[in-house]
Amino acid sequence: MNESATAVGTDAPTAGRYAGLSVGAWRWIGALALIVLAVVLPFGLSKYHVFELTLVMIYAIAVLGLNILTGYNGQISLGHGAFFAAGAYTAAILMHYYGVPYWATVPPAALICFVLGVLFGLPALRFEGPYLALVTLAMALAMPQLLKYFDNWTGGQQGINLIKPLPPAGLGIDRDRWLYLVVLAVLLVAMRIAANMLHGRTGRALVAIRDHPIAAAAMGIHTARYKTLAFGTSTLFTGVAGALAAIVVGYVSPEGYSLFLSISFLVGSAVGGIATIGGAIVGGLFIQFVPNLANDISDAAPGAVYGLAMLLFMYAMPRGVVGSFGPWIARSMRQIAQHRAGFRSK
Amino acid sequence: MTMKQTLAWGLATAGLVLASGLAFAAGQYGPGATDTEIKIGNTEAYSGPASAYGAIGKAETAYFNMINEQGGINGRKINFISRDDGYSPPKTVEVVRKLVEEDQVLFIFNPLGTPPNTAIQGYLNDNKVPQLFVATGADKWNDPKHFPWTMGYQPSYRIEARIYGRYILKNLPNAKIAVLYQNDDFGKDYLIGLREGLGDKADKLIIATQTYETTDPTVDSQIVSLQGSGADVLLTAAIPKFAAQAIRKVYDIGWKPTHFMTNVSSSVGAVFKPAGPEKGIGIISAAYGKDPTDPQWKDAPDFKEWLAWMKKYNASGNIADANNVYGYGVSYLLVQVLKACGDNLTRENVMKQAANIHGLTGPMALPGITISTSPTDYAPIKQMQLEKFDGNTWQLFGEVISGGSGS
Repeated sequence: MNESATAVGTDAPTAGRYAGLSVGAWRWIGALALIVLAVVLPFGLSKYHVFELTLVMIYAIAVLGLNILTGYNGQISLGHGAFFAAGAYTAAILMHYYGVPYWATVPPAALICFVLGVLFGLPALRFEGPYLALVTLAMALAMPQLLKYFDNWTGGQQGINLIKPLPPAGLGIDRDRWLYLVVLAVLLVAMRIAANMLHGRTGRALVAIRDHPIAAAAMGIHTARYKTLAFGTSTLFTGVAGALAAIVVGYVSPEGYSLFLSISFLVGSAVGGIATIGGAIVGGLFIQFVPNLANDISDAAPGAVYGLAMLLFMYAMPRGVVGSFGPWIARSMRQIAQHRAGFRSK
Repeated sequence: MTMKQTLAWGLATAGLVLASGLAFAAGQYGPGATDTEIKIGNTEAYSGPASAYGAIGKAETAYFNMINEQGGINGRKINFISRDDGYSPPKTVEVVRKLVEEDQVLFIFNPLGTPPNTAIQGYLNDNKVPQLFVATGADKWNDPKHFPWTMGYQPSYRIEARIYGRYILKNLPNAKIAVLYQNDDFGKDYLIGLREGLGDKADKLIIATQTYETTDPTVDSQIVSLQGSGADVLLTAAIPKFAAQAIRKVYDIGWKPTHFMTNVSSSVGAVFKPAGPEKGIGIISAAYGKDPTDPQWKDAPDFKEWLAWMKKYNASGNIADANNVYGYGVSYLLVQVLKACGDNLTRENVMKQAANIHGLTGPMALPGITISTSPTDYAPIKQMQLEKFDGNTWQLFGEVISGGSGS
């Protein structure tokens, strides 16, 4: 689960073997163990903590989406809260007005947010760096008011109350744990898709555009196409997260998708590790728990505590938690492997 | 009987006694209540766009501190857990779940805001947790049939507008009414309430309506067009910024309607001073609480008590901020409900007592305004009194008018 960009290299499996198994196999076993742990975890926690962790995973999916755009492709977005809202309202409207079952609302939300992202990505091609940040900022600012404006569909300021989905009968598990498992499944699929995309040809193209757009274009990379693709994929992920959030929280209203949400995603992305996949989970944890912790530490100035936490993270780990630890762990693993390989050959 | 059987019987009996003991205790206490403590949950916008209302949560904390210092309620101290939701509904859901499931509060008291309350209404009713005296002006909280665990507090926008309608019907029977309202639920509630107050005359009397969006720069063109309709009564349902614009424009174009202004924008400091106080002379609004800046109350016993409490327990609060009056009043009401619960502090009984208030007079309420509820009436305050702006402050006039439905 915590594969980082550098840990997955083509040379990794040849590095050595432990106890008769290749490093690649061990990585699979590790990932499998983590997944099993994640599946078993909710049964040892209270329903409230399960709910909290579900939110963490939802934020992780959103941050993962932003990582594709900002981390790998270098396009800064301050407006992903708007796409999160678009996903949430797609799910809410389908469930509320059309009686679509909750699970069937996620693919339409993904599709709509992909299209929105591509459409938004086309004009965004003309903007770079801070200018793009401003354009996306406008999106985040406009969204809550747009939602109030189209109140025939969105329920205006009152929002839309959703009927909470029931777990399948006969499974004998409650709603919170069921939704946790659903969201976990989506998160795993999302991470798998992101890994496939980013660790291959597309990922290299995106990184090349980020690092040196002119050189990338000279090498034959279709810059515009890849940038638009990055935008669409990114908003697709974030939109899926939004749909899941609407399902889990059971309510949507414009106040839930303020500018602060968009900024939270960027913060989560930077803290977790901006061009990493595992960093999204750290980002989700940060978004969910740090504001609450800040509130517990100081009623009077939670914003100051939150800001301080952010500063500490960025000073101590400028490349984010996974961005800083990931390569270190990978290097240590390789060294151990080489050491053992050397030892055996003697 | 073998030794083993005796033991089994003994254990079973002991278990039964223990269980009945527990059952007895559960009859007396719901979650969060003990012999020494009543745990109460609250969500408030201490941060975010509505953080000005955070003063309410601080006032409530200060009020319960006073109650605890005076010995609590029937010997039980109030443990008031007030958490920030930043006025973000998803956060409210999370915070309320934490209060109910982790902190195990007896009930949720005075959570702030229409969207946050809408977000938690289903959860709290499903779990039979009281959502008591919610801090919002929407009308939907008085629905005991569908949401028996949710109860309102202040007069809703609709109740207020009904009062204007009833006043117009009685005193200005030939009025030609124009309405300027914000194009959302807040504004629309005024139009609905006004029509209800006017009854079957509504279609005849209301001759023009105009809306604005909160994103509009001004409401000047709307005012001009309403004047053009020939109306002689204007009802403005606008938030402070646009209310001030409306007052100024009406004056500047020389229009002299009988102007009714929503209670939301009745602040002298935030609306009338920016508009120019002389331009607002004669405007009518409605109130149910005492304005702390109004000099006519300075010798009233309840105002003196409130001021002493502000100085001793809520010293960081602003004396001119009506939110401190609000928090004080609603906390007083809760304490009366808890006193009435006696030693039966279950969620059911809290709700039962809250729905059984008859003609209670709260502190800092206008004379004649009383609080009443019943199992079919979950709107505690339904009366208001009209007031007229004299260029400096509000002057009450006429009698207390009920805006309850049906009457």
